[in-house]
Amino acid sequence: MNAEHPVENIHKKKIVFNPGKLLSSPGNLLTAVILAVGLCITILRFTKGLGGVTNLDDNYPWGIWISFDLLCGVVLAAGGYATTSAYYLFGLKGFGTAVRPAVTSAFLGYAFVVVALHYDVGQPWRLVYPIFFSPGTTSVLYEVGLCVFLYVSVLAIEWSVAAFEWLGWKSIRNVIVRLTIPLTVLGVILSTMHQSSLGALYLIAPSKMHPLWYSSFLPVFFFISSMFAGMSMVIFEGTLAHKGLHDQMDAAHLQHADKVVFGFGKAASIVMIGYLFIRIFGIAMDNNWSYLATGYGSWLMVELGVFVALPAFLYAIGVRERKAGVIRCAAAMTVLGVVINRFNVSLVAFNWQLPSAEKYLPSWMEIAISVFVVTLIVTAYRFICTYMPVLREHPDYEAH
Amino acid sequence: MENIFYSLHDFYICTKSMTYIAMGLGVLGLLGWWLFLTGRDETIRKY
Repeated sequence: MNAEHPVENIHKKKIVFNPGKLLSSPGNLLTAVILAVGLCITILRFTKGLGGVTNLDDNYPWGIWISFDLLCGVVLAAGGYATTSAYYLFGLKGFGTAVRPAVTSAFLGYAFVVVALHYDVGQPWRLVYPIFFSPGTTSVLYEVGLCVFLYVSVLAIEWSVAAFEWLGWKSIRNVIVRLTIPLTVLGVILSTMHQSSLGALYLIAPSKMHPLWYSSFLPVFFFISSMFAGMSMVIFEGTLAHKGLHDQMDAAHLQHADKVVFGFGKAASIVMIGYLFIRIFGIAMDNNWSYLATGYGSWLMVELGVFVALPAFLYAIGVRERKAGVIRCAAAMTVLGVVINRFNVSLVAFNWQLPSAEKYLPSWMEIAISVFVVTLIVTAYRFICTYMPVLREHPDYEAH
Repeated sequence: MENIFYSLHDFYICTKSMTYIAMGLGVLGLLGWWLFLTGRDETIRKY
């Protein structure tokens, strides 16, 4: 490897499997333990059924696997459509270096949402039925399923450019590059549809949800929050990639990192303030002011004050003062805030009138499977970034 | 607010009025926020 340009010849790196070396670092050892425990619970799940590993019941047919793996997984993968539309559709050329990392993480995020869904549905082998055999065209869940199915396919094609460059399959790579704009447009349309429809799923349960979180505007809340969640996730992932995969980045990626941070920081700030206003309009429309004086009201104010208004302000300060560190801190808070919001909608506000003894708490095995899925995503992301031209340009191809 | 509404019409008159006022304030707030956010940007003149 060239000492002056450490990433110049990195694309020629061969895959070497050396278990002894792999398990020598504490991080890899921890990963191996998580994957081993996850595999054991996977066997339990598919031999004993949902009852063998989860605390789900008739009151809570959807638990942490839907709240975290699906709702949070989908919203945090929104960086794919946010970045591709900024670069390819709006012509913001400063975001070029963020496109491939964002598409890679979005593809992995959605792919593992589908993997996680196999754990959660009672008969996973029938997961394809709504798409190919019995479409329920009047169902919101059908729309979510169809959009996710199509969007995973779109992301797989968009992401495959990096894989084909790595494999050296030039002709098929060039064909896909010509499809970039139509794929981006399709990705934005599908994301708009299913991000909002995930909120629309909860419109069916007005009597079960707390009035502060139930609103006929839930689809709008979900879609708008996906915009700033995606942007924040791109900043957050970029920060982690700079720490863990710094040696895989070329000069352009290192140079443009702050441009992406400031650009998305500014956009996220204005979108978050708009989101804060429409959440307040939602309370005004249903005249739910009296609930703000309750415990649930305090929790809502924490969600909106600490995890929406404060990061929006920090983003603005970071952009005004040109402080990338403040923006990165705001991005981490926003990501956490979006996770809290999805948990609030799907678990905290759901069945709020039930006595505490009947409320759902996930079993340790449900949490372990969620950790297992996240670990799989991180492992796959590291593998892809190590071998494929994601955080660097491939010298044999022009940027598109 | 523990308002008592005797009809759906009353309810909507109250809640929609409040929401429209809040939306007006929201638009002004967004404008102010945008000015704060971009206050230190360099002016780009294209004419």
